Amino acid sequence: MSTLPGRINEPYEPRGGSAVLGKSVIVKGQIFSREDLTIDGEVEGTVELQEHRLTVGPNGKVMAGIKAREIVVLGTIHGNVETTDKIDIRKDAKLVGDIRTARVVIEDGAYFKGNIDIVRAEAKPQPAPKPQPMASAPAPAASVTQTAAAAGGGDLKR
Amino acid sequence: MAGASQSTVSFVTGFGHRLYSDDFLHHLDACFGDGDFYENQTHPNKVERFLEGALAFEEGAFDGALVWDTLQFLTPQLLQIVVERLHRIVRPGSYLLAFFHSEEKMEAIPTYSFRISDHRTIALVERGRRRPAQFFNNRGLEKLFQDFQSVKFFLTRDHLREVIVRR
Repeated sequence: MSTLPGRINEPYEPRGGSAVLGKSVIVKGQIFSREDLTIDGEVEGTVELQEHRLTVGPNGKVMAGIKAREIVVLGTIHGNVETTDKIDIRKDAKLVGDIRTARVVIEDGAYFKGNIDIVRAEAKPQPAPKPQPMASAPAPAASVTQTAAAAGGGDLKR
Repeated sequence: MAGASQSTVSFVTGFGHRLYSDDFLHHLDACFGDGDFYENQTHPNKVERFLEGALAFEEGAFDGALVWDTLQFLTPQLLQIVVERLHRIVRPGSYLLAFFHSEEKMEAIPTYSFRISDHRTIALVERGRRRPAQFFNNRGLEKLFQDFQSVKFFLTRDHLREVIVRR
């Protein structure tokens, strides 16, 4: 039996400079945001923040499909969530729904029910290196080069 | 079936698999925890609600199941129904991994959070204690999984019997 070391997470603090739906706010409908958003109230519908972070605060209850760059869950989400970067489910948080993300972080004590699909962005193909000029060489060296090309042709054929 | 842990999620999805996660014990408590836990498991309405919430999947929906230690807390009748459901929802040729406590003298047995660290290591973190519905020996487990292709047993530390079942 073993225990895992505790994770160090950023403590929850309402972020300055982002939009906030407070504890007493109830929204039914679609939310589109072009800035970070913190929800500490209730939302029912859909939430979309393509290039920004959504934080569901400890009092937040979101019954919605969500798309965002990043999601931090301290409250409750019922709905499918999709992020391009990361979803972070903190202790005592609850998420019921499917997750589609590049990275997922689940703290001990978090409740999650659903599918997890990890979708990583494909690595950009590396440009082919410019062919290096080869000095003329005596015959044995040339044959070694050719052998290397035959054996590991992939290295020379980028 | 015992909740998601970071290391297990990372391990399974690292192979490119999709992972479905749920906390079976959480469902049991939600459906049967109000009153006598095991007596409630004999009520048909509660059983139906439990099965709808925890095991409503299509036939052959899964390539395997990490059952962990959850089956120990089901009455014999409900256990049989759950095992039949597992048989239906995992595809032929797939495997189930389950753990059963082997120390019969204990009134309450530990429940664990199981965390796959790597292909050779599972870490167990105790998360509480519960009275089991029954204890199992090898013969009982063979009978429980009689509809499956094979059952293998391994005795581990901490009085746990590790069971690998092939559908």
